[in-house]
Amino acid sequence: MSATAEIIREPLKKKDLAADHPTWCPGCGDFSVLALYFKLIQNRGIHQEKIATVAGIGCSSRFPYFVQSHGVHFIHGRALPFATGVAMSRPDLDLFVFGGDGDAFSIGGNHFTHCARKNINLTYVVMDNSVYGLTKKQTSPTSPIGFKSKTDMWGAVDQPINPLKQAIAAGATFVARTTHTNPKHLLAMMEAAMDHNGFGFIECLSECTEFYNGAFDASNPRKGGEFLEVPADHDPTNETEAYDLAGQPFPGHFGIFYQVDRPSKQDREKTINAKFLEKTKDLEAHQILQQNFDKMK
Amino acid sequence: MSDSPATQEVVSESPKVSKVTEAVIRIAGNSQDGIQSIGGFLAQLAGRSEQEVMTFMTIPATISGGPSIFQVRIGSGEVLTSGDDADVLMPFYQHSYENHIGFLKEGGIVLYDSSHVEPDPELLQKYRHIGCPIAERTVEAIGGTAKDKGKNIFALGLVARMFDLDAAKLEGLIAERFKGKASSITTTALTAFHAGYGYPLTTLEEIYAFEEPKARDTDQVVCNGNDALGYGILAAGVRFGAGYPITPWSDIMELLRRELPKYDGIFVQCEDEIAAVSMAIGAGWGGRVAVTGSSGPGISLKGEAIGWAVMAEIPLIVIDVQRGGPSTGMPTNVEQSDLNIAVFGGHGDSPRVVIAPSSVEDCFYTAIEAVNLAREYSTPVIILSDQAIATRIEAFAMPKLQELCQDISPDLTPREDHKPYDLSAPDGITHHAPPGTYIKSGKYPIATGLEHDEMGHPSGSPKMHQDMSAKRRSKLQALSRKLPLPEVFGPEEGNVLLIGWGSTQGSLREATEQARKAGDSISCLTMRHIHPMPEGLENIFDGFNHVFVVENNDEGLYGYGQLCGLMRAKFANPKIVGINKTDGLTWRVKDVLAHVQSKLEELKS
Repeated sequence: MSATAEIIREPLKKKDLAADHPTWCPGCGDFSVLALYFKLIQNRGIHQEKIATVAGIGCSSRFPYFVQSHGVHFIHGRALPFATGVAMSRPDLDLFVFGGDGDAFSIGGNHFTHCARKNINLTYVVMDNSVYGLTKKQTSPTSPIGFKSKTDMWGAVDQPINPLKQAIAAGATFVARTTHTNPKHLLAMMEAAMDHNGFGFIECLSECTEFYNGAFDASNPRKGGEFLEVPADHDPTNETEAYDLAGQPFPGHFGIFYQVDRPSKQDREKTINAKFLEKTKDLEAHQILQQNFDKMK
Repeated sequence: MSDSPATQEVVSESPKVSKVTEAVIRIAGNSQDGIQSIGGFLAQLAGRSEQEVMTFMTIPATISGGPSIFQVRIGSGEVLTSGDDADVLMPFYQHSYENHIGFLKEGGIVLYDSSHVEPDPELLQKYRHIGCPIAERTVEAIGGTAKDKGKNIFALGLVARMFDLDAAKLEGLIAERFKGKASSITTTALTAFHAGYGYPLTTLEEIYAFEEPKARDTDQVVCNGNDALGYGILAAGVRFGAGYPITPWSDIMELLRRELPKYDGIFVQCEDEIAAVSMAIGAGWGGRVAVTGSSGPGISLKGEAIGWAVMAEIPLIVIDVQRGGPSTGMPTNVEQSDLNIAVFGGHGDSPRVVIAPSSVEDCFYTAIEAVNLAREYSTPVIILSDQAIATRIEAFAMPKLQELCQDISPDLTPREDHKPYDLSAPDGITHHAPPGTYIKSGKYPIATGLEHDEMGHPSGSPKMHQDMSAKRRSKLQALSRKLPLPEVFGPEEGNVLLIGWGSTQGSLREATEQARKAGDSISCLTMRHIHPMPEGLENIFDGFNHVFVVENNDEGLYGYGQLCGLMRAKFANPKIVGINKTDGLTWRVKDVLAHVQSKLEELKS
């Protein structure tokens, strides 16, 4: 890895980072997340080869194809456990996971819970459009009751998931909400999530103009809505307060709802390993293994 | 107990000592009696005494309680199986006596716990009965409150006396086992052992001593298949694993969780099987082959992600410790019925490597081979172990660890350019550049489950899908050309060739030996490389009139077991016929021979 440190670096330009032309529909909210991801990488001066962009399946999960970085387009709903494998074995990388609401809260719901409680050190941006777009308009886990789709032609009947409450209850240590229509705020949230040691979760409203046009107008001042930041006196370390704030009716608030310091899984495992390594650090692998085999003689 | 050709009677004070070359001892009780540890001590002692040893055990699938047995076969010569029938049966309870007396050789010894067992008067002539109030004497020796605890060690003392075993070595093993615990525990255990060893077996007319085994140049180690597989994974250089608990795979994940920190590695217990395989693939993409594993039901859950690893050509190790299926099936019994899911368990065309270790020792080496194949061919490799191999104990030569242990840290050397799925690569073999690799051209690769072009970007081109499918297939065809042919045990020409895989190797070899002694023309071989198979097997088959594939699985709708079906498909040779059973137990030698006979008769008519 020392070899890469010697590489003469020019600051990365947007064109260095842009790969395939995005296949998203015109007006899709995901464009703005992509543009601000590039901005984040440029602002932070991350070395290109150190970026790992991981996604599952869905419109937004096409993300890695549009970024010139080591990237992964994994299977539906399993981006988080895949990324956990990367995070645990390659802590030297800057790891970003992108996906949609179906990927995160429906097929991948179990992994979301466990990644949060394990506090895996990575940044996870869920582009929530409240509809299945890639498969052309079925109800999603965040579709509001009454939403008409091809699978709920009379209007959705199931209680939608509240991603923020879900995250807080699961033991996430960084829970934020933003929207694609406020780039400045979106970038600020991504920066804060990246700086957080542990699981940095952002729910980003990202409108699907094709199948759920106007879904988030109430949060967009340009469409006559209101963008309300988390109140200045909100204590983000107060779990119950955060939970109450997350439970407010749409459009609710935007910002960091909850953030606490808790060692990441990487930190905890490192502590365990350090105890063992004290005894084994001067030994070759075969010498460590020999100790086990000697006991089996 | 087979006496050596020249049975000597050693002149000494009574009882007389007879020399034996081997003995099969079956201990039957309940799962909480600690009978596994008696067997474990005996196996370890045999290993240290340069003897060969093999064990067999059954455990109930219940949480606590239920009948359990441990059978150990110790021999001064070669030991291929744990033995069809026992020379000595040690039943702790009436049910143990009744259920296992049928597994005793005629004239064999029943050394029963007279505190709990009332022998059947009709069997007193058939078997030699020796009663010992094991439970009572144990309590007398080590104190009242312990009740039954410690009677396993007392029983070990009895066996040690009966077979004139090296008591000092056994005492050493007992002391080692309880090392780190309160010294009173060791003292209690040794007291129980001495009480058993000193118990006057007055009705025993003779005691037995093993012939001196031939000296070996290397130390022997004694362990079960799960341990051997786990340590093999460590030797191979794997430093990340992920899993979910399921019997009988869990032992391997517990071992890796315990050992990996010593190498600065990590094992993650996951929320489910899908997360486990996904994490292992993530770590593999990160540059270091990682391991996941499970048993039957869990393998079903991992299927989609394994298919992704085939598509994206990311190395991965999946261990499947097979048990009785389908569904929850028979969690603590053996079956070889996951071959199909291992080979074919993916949607789409998803070729992968499947190998099956054939003994406990082979578990260790198979793990290393699997890791190297996964890396060389950038592919998932499935290791098909099974419950019998996983839980049985064998002695084998100490591996040369210094030569075998390898470092597989990722190579992050900067590159000018990188084409992850280069179609012009010889035999279609390519390797991905792990993240962290600087690529000067600025074109970074994507690993994806979508059909893709040579850079990993999505492609809907009909030709690309055709070419990429061929690439993923042809690299495994290249592997099949490099694989060694299995060795034929017995002459290379004859009437019947028995083919087995996995834990049946010992039974087939012993059956072959017995049949040849009886004048039948039988040979056998073990298939370690299940998929792809090595090239040239048809030349071996040419030497025989019949090829019988013996498996622990069902004959299926069309009359072929799972390996047999694969071989019929590959060779389209009608002389390939299946011999199958699904009773959840290992093949006994006499069952193999009986099935071969009846199959031959069936084919004649």
